[in-house]
Parts: sequence; C-alpha cells; structure tokens
Amino acid sequence: MIKSLDPRVTRAQIEENNTITPLKDLDQWETYEVFHQKKRGDQHMHVGIVHAPNAEMAFLFGKEQYGRRGFSVNIWVVKTRDVFASEYDDSDIFDTVPEKQYREAGGYKVMEKINKYKKGV
Amino acid sequence: MYGNAYIDPNEKANLILAEEDPQKLAEFEARIDRGEKIEPKDWMPKEYRKQLIRMIEQHAHSEIIGALPEGTWITRAPGFKRKLALMAKVQDEVGHAQLLYSAAETLGKSREAMINDLITGKSKYSNVFNYPAFTWADACVIAWLIDAGAIINQVANAKGSYGPYCRALDRICTEESFHLKYGHDNVVTLATGSSIQRDMVQGALIRWWPPIMHFFGPSDKISQHTEILMKWKVKMASNDDMRQQFLDMYVPKIWDLGLSIPDPLLKKNTATNKWEYTEPDWDEFKRVINGDGPCNAERLAVRRHAEEHGRWVREALNNVGSKYIVPLA
Ligand SMILES: [Fe+2]
Ligand SMILES: [Fe+2]
Repeated sequence: MIKSLDPRVTRAQIEENNTITPLKDLDQWETYEVFHQKKRGDQHMHVGIVHAPNAEMAFLFGKEQYGRRGFSVNIWVVKTRDVFASEYDDSDIFDTVPEKQYREAGGYKVMEKINKYKKGV
Repeated sequence: MYGNAYIDPNEKANLILAEEDPQKLAEFEARIDRGEKIEPKDWMPKEYRKQLIRMIEQHAHSEIIGALPEGTWITRAPGFKRKLALMAKVQDEVGHAQLLYSAAETLGKSREAMINDLITGKSKYSNVFNYPAFTWADACVIAWLIDAGAIINQVANAKGSYGPYCRALDRICTEESFHLKYGHDNVVTLATGSSIQRDMVQGALIRWWPPIMHFFGPSDKISQHTEILMKWKVKMASNDDMRQQFLDMYVPKIWDLGLSIPDPLLKKNTATNKWEYTEPDWDEFKRVINGDGPCNAERLAVRRHAEEHGRWVREALNNVGSKYIVPLA
C-alpha cells in the first residue's frame, strides 16, 4: 500500500503495482465541437472540443472547460461527426479572380466621372 | 504547465526525411516560412507528426500528473481562500491536459492510447512531478517557479507552426497568468512572514532548485535533428535559452525576498550577459525520468487507480450509437 504525503492517497489504499486493463476504444466517448458567444450581439465562435457521451454532458463539459471564467454568455455543442467541413486541400474553391471586381465596392469608381462632368470637359 | 518534451538526442537524423515526397515537403516548408499554420488534415512529414504527438502528449501528461503534487495540499491549504484558489489552479491544470490531449488527437493518436501509454509508463511527463511536495511552502514554490518555467516554454511554443497546439497554448497561457500571480503571492506571504514561515519557504526553495534547473532539459546537442525541428517550428527555443530567460526573470525576484538559492556559482556574467551556474546533475535527471525518482511509482499508481475506478461511470454513460471521428481543429 502506498503511504503518501497526500492523506487522500493513503486512505484510498492503493497498491503500488496495481494493474489495469487498457482503455478500450470509445472509453473516452466521441467528440463535440464547442462554440461560444462572448457577449450578446457577437457571432458565436469555435473554441475547441470536448469528449462526451451525449449532448447534455458535452454542454456540461464545454461550459466547465471553456466558460468557467465568465467570458461567455452562450454556448453551443455540436457532434464532430455532424459537421460537414471543407478540406484545406480544396481551398482553391475560395479563390477569386481580378475580373470579379464587379462584386466589390472598390470596383465602382464614380468620382472621376463626376469631377469630369462638373468641369464640363 | 510544463510543455518541455524530452527528445532523445541520439535518434538518427539522416533517416528523418528519407521517404518524404520532395515537392510536398517544399510546399509544407514554404507555408511554415510564410508564417502560416499547419492544420490537422494538411500533408505533413512523418517526423513532424511524430514529434508533435510526442511533445503535445507529454505536455498533456505533465498537466495531469502535475495536479498530483499540488493537489496534495488542497485539504490542508492554510485558510479557506487559499483552498479555493488552489482548487481553481488544479482544475485549470487538469483542463490544460484536456486541451492538449485534444490538440494531440487531431494528429491521429486517440486519447485512450495516450492515457494507456501514460499509465503503463511508456510515455514521459515533466520530470519535476516525480518529486514530492513536503510542505505547504513546496506547493507555493511549485505554483510560482515551476509555472513560471512552464510559461516561458508555453509562450515560445504558442508561436509554433501547428494550429491546434498554438490555439490550446494561447488559452492555457491566459490561465497561467493567474497561477503565476497566485504562486508569487503565496511565496511573498511566507517570505515576509514569521521566521518559521521564512524557514519553510527557504527549505522548499532549496529542495526545488535542482528540479527547477532540470526543468528545461539538458543542453540541446547541435544536431541535424534539432535543426529540422526548429526549422519546422516544432521546437521554438533551445533548452539553454529558455533556462537563461528563466534565470533572468526570476533570480532577481527571489533575491528581492532575501531568499538564497542553493548554488554558490550562480551569478550573471556581465561580460557575456549570461547566467553562470553549477551544471545540474543530468545523471540524476536521466535516472528519475526513466522511472527511479521518489514519486514515479506513486504518481502512476494513483492514475491507474483513478482510471480503473472511474471506468464503470464512463461505461454506464456510454452511448451505443457513438462513433469516433478525429476532431476538426
Ligand atoms: Fe498548466
Ligand atoms: Fe499552471
């Protein structure tokens, strides 16, 4: 039995050479992605994951892990496997081309025309 | 706390890149050079993945095991306020482990596998936690100086190249600032208190100085291996540089309190601007990290006990339809 400096450990009567069956897959459950909102009016933001057996527990762990210092007003949890995400390898799907200036505010320059018109040229 | 992974300096360096696709490797290195982060599903060299898993996993284990010497004093912390504060700190450390295990598992090692490797003694954790916290003052010195060392390491690593690790470290560093203040406050209280309190904290400092000097690990051998890890921003500062930074920041603060550090050679060389000190006993370091320290057996037995006795709860909660997939970020 371990005689520890920690009275709680001594009381638990732990054998020094105790053995344990290795943890099996899913012993630590699956994962949930956690999102929080810092203050009302802000967008929710991804903050990390928790391992949990169900959404209620994920919420509990998420609140404890990411929300215990009063930096959140709202939390969402979503099963990782329910998130449909793009691949970084396909990030060219977000590429755009200079011709698409018509989508941008900067693509419209009217002052030149107005000034020209005012000068009557 | 405590992310300073132990890397075997004798590992063969020339084999590291042997089987890697040169074009993918070049793109990967260019991304890191541009200061961009690597994300979980990106292509990465095998060695990058392996070293990061080892490093983040060891860091996570250190947080879990580090909660034990400090936890020892929760029930006997002097006064209600300190009890609450210590509980909050220990909870933070366990939370750090959760964040780090999550970052490591994005690289493909499951949390179950990491825990199994911890409790069978296959994985390492920070060597300092194989030493006991004899008195309340030991817990105070740990909270101040070991956390201070950890912060230096974590702030450096937070600028590394792997996105999930950096994000976890940013979150961790925010909480560490409370640990540092809390630890300092405790040490100052003892050092400015009665003569019994001063003796207590001086004793703890004498006990903890060698582990503190061990904390950043032995000098890095200048090897091709270290160079690659630095180039890939896996390792962000050399062990000696971090040790120097620690001495720079904390030795004056310790001396301010009139405490003495048990190393007659310790002084700052004004010509080189570097601290000189007695070379730590690296044989002891190796002996302890390989299992033969005062608390190694107890630490792992306690973890095994906790895992085994919590198992029925985890199993009772388990959901038949669960299916694990690697987290996204
Ligand atoms: Fe920590
Ligand atoms: Fe800490």
